[in-house]
Amino acid sequence: LDFSTPRYLYWLFCQFELITCSYLMEPWEKVLFYSFNLAMLGLLLYTTYVCLAFHASSAFQLLCSFLGNPRENSLSVVK
Amino acid sequence: MERPERPRANGCGAHGALRNGFVRGPPGTQINNIVHNGGLYKRPFNEAFEETPMLVAVLTYVGYGVLTLFGYLRDFMRQWKIEKCQNATEREEQKDFVPLYQDFENFYNRNLYMRIRDSWNRPICSVPGAKVDMMERVSHDYNWTFTYTGRVIKDIINMGSYNYLGFAQKTGACQEAASKVLSQYGAGVCSTRQEMGNLDKHEELEKLVARFLGVESAMAYGMGFATNSMNIPALVGKGCLILSDELNHASLVLGARLSGATIRIFKHNNMQSLEKLLKDAIVHGQPRTRRPWKKILILVEGIYSMEGSIVRLPEVIALKKKYKSYLYLDEAHSIGALGPSGRGVVDYFGLNPEDVDVMMGTFTKSFGAAGGYIGGKKELIDYLRTYSHSAAYATSMSPPVVEQIITSVKCIMGEDGTTIGRARVQQLAENTRYFRRRLKEMGFIIYGNEDSPVVPLMLYMPAKIGAFGREMLKRNIGVVVVGFPATPIIESRARFCLSAAHTKEMLDTALKEINEVGDLLQLKYSRRRLVPLLDRPFDETTYEETED
Repeated sequence: LDFSTPRYLYWLFCQFELITCSYLMEPWEKVLFYSFNLAMLGLLLYTTYVCLAFHASSAFQLLCSFLGNPRENSLSVVK
Repeated sequence: MERPERPRANGCGAHGALRNGFVRGPPGTQINNIVHNGGLYKRPFNEAFEETPMLVAVLTYVGYGVLTLFGYLRDFMRQWKIEKCQNATEREEQKDFVPLYQDFENFYNRNLYMRIRDSWNRPICSVPGAKVDMMERVSHDYNWTFTYTGRVIKDIINMGSYNYLGFAQKTGACQEAASKVLSQYGAGVCSTRQEMGNLDKHEELEKLVARFLGVESAMAYGMGFATNSMNIPALVGKGCLILSDELNHASLVLGARLSGATIRIFKHNNMQSLEKLLKDAIVHGQPRTRRPWKKILILVEGIYSMEGSIVRLPEVIALKKKYKSYLYLDEAHSIGALGPSGRGVVDYFGLNPEDVDVMMGTFTKSFGAAGGYIGGKKELIDYLRTYSHSAAYATSMSPPVVEQIITSVKCIMGEDGTTIGRARVQQLAENTRYFRRRLKEMGFIIYGNEDSPVVPLMLYMPAKIGAFGREMLKRNIGVVVVGFPATPIIESRARFCLSAAHTKEMLDTALKEINEVGDLLQLKYSRRRLVPLLDRPFDETTYEETED
């Protein structure tokens, strides 16, 4: 079971078609359905990229401010 | 001095006493779905309905959701004339009148059934035996209309016809006898049974059927559906109670509703539910007046064709005797198909046919003919001859059809001098066990009893209904797929009907193709977990749990 062959990917695509019933749709309905799906997926990825990047960078900054200045920061652990 | 406690198998009480309903097995191999209920059953009753996997149920709803959205879109386009409307609508002049077509109720019909319609109503052009020929047809406008290409697809393995004992033949003893009778009597009778339509062939058939079933007397009708729907109103009326199984056939439901009696439903094959209803009926009587019910009739079927389950007949008869009610057993699928001598579900459990008050069955399934019969005591059948709508108004059975039934019944009983009948009954049992075992091993979810020749294979998702039918036809196997409204909305299935005419090679071919299609469409849902049958022993404490 080679996970990257085109044959396997086509089979996976067929399973998607069967589950979401796009197997039964006429071609113009399929175009409509896939473009809607791809648009939603694109929006999801963009939002993930933006939000995750923002949250990750702000969390990293907070962490740096804890470890970066042990003398000035009163919350640091005294060794 | 006390003996040390020996390790005991599950279900054992103190001192080795066995709790009712448990099969004693070595610890670790406890089989929970085989039932021996207090000695009523002479053989293990092995029935299983595996639960729908949660992921599959969720994905099925997703599929139906997408289809519903597109259904609304298409209906919108049809209403605003963006798309041509191809289903039936009224004319422009009639738009202001009371609507003729219920548009909303046909939503499912327009938007799902039309898309996968090519799996049904396929025209066949040969005798529906083990192999069948089918006319090829294509659709250029997505199943709204079909055109025939003119080609015939030959030798399709037929897993959809109700041909349990293989009597759907165009050669053989049955066909020869039927053609002789056709040349003697002709095809039409041109009258009803009560007027001039009572042939000597009908009398011969009825005596033979009564002897076959082991009852006093029997009566035959031209149509199986009409037997149920027209005779139940003759037996019960207002002031009577009908206790009907949840999954009864449309003919039984129609007959019950036409009769005007009160109908109460008990859960499918659930004896606790039935006993609770019986107790309530006896204790409380009729709803307002509290008078006792005039008659209580229990309607059950021998084999339920959508589930493949067999009725728990010993328990039903025990309950019927305890509460003094009547039993109407519809053996449409089980007559000829179950039992060591092919005499149906009564023979399968080894019970006395006189315990069942009304034994109904059809000749369509195992006898290769058409029609139905009712068997019982002589007084009952004489009453039905006079008062049944079917006897008074329906045309009597055609003579060649009657002769086909007579010959096939004699063959099954062995009275024609050969052992063909016996061999066929045994072949069907072997085919059933083999086919079910192989499908379960492959990993499909199969419903029903181990011994029933009706094998439902679960598909669940709506797109897979259409895909399964088409892929199997591409591989030259004809199957029947069923969806809503014949089954619950997420439990769509493919229903295989086994036949004594199927050889082992045919079954192996079919199994190979089903395996391939199962891998292609990802149908092997079974998690191989045996769900224990909810069969609790008869004690007082179980009633609170069946409160609904």
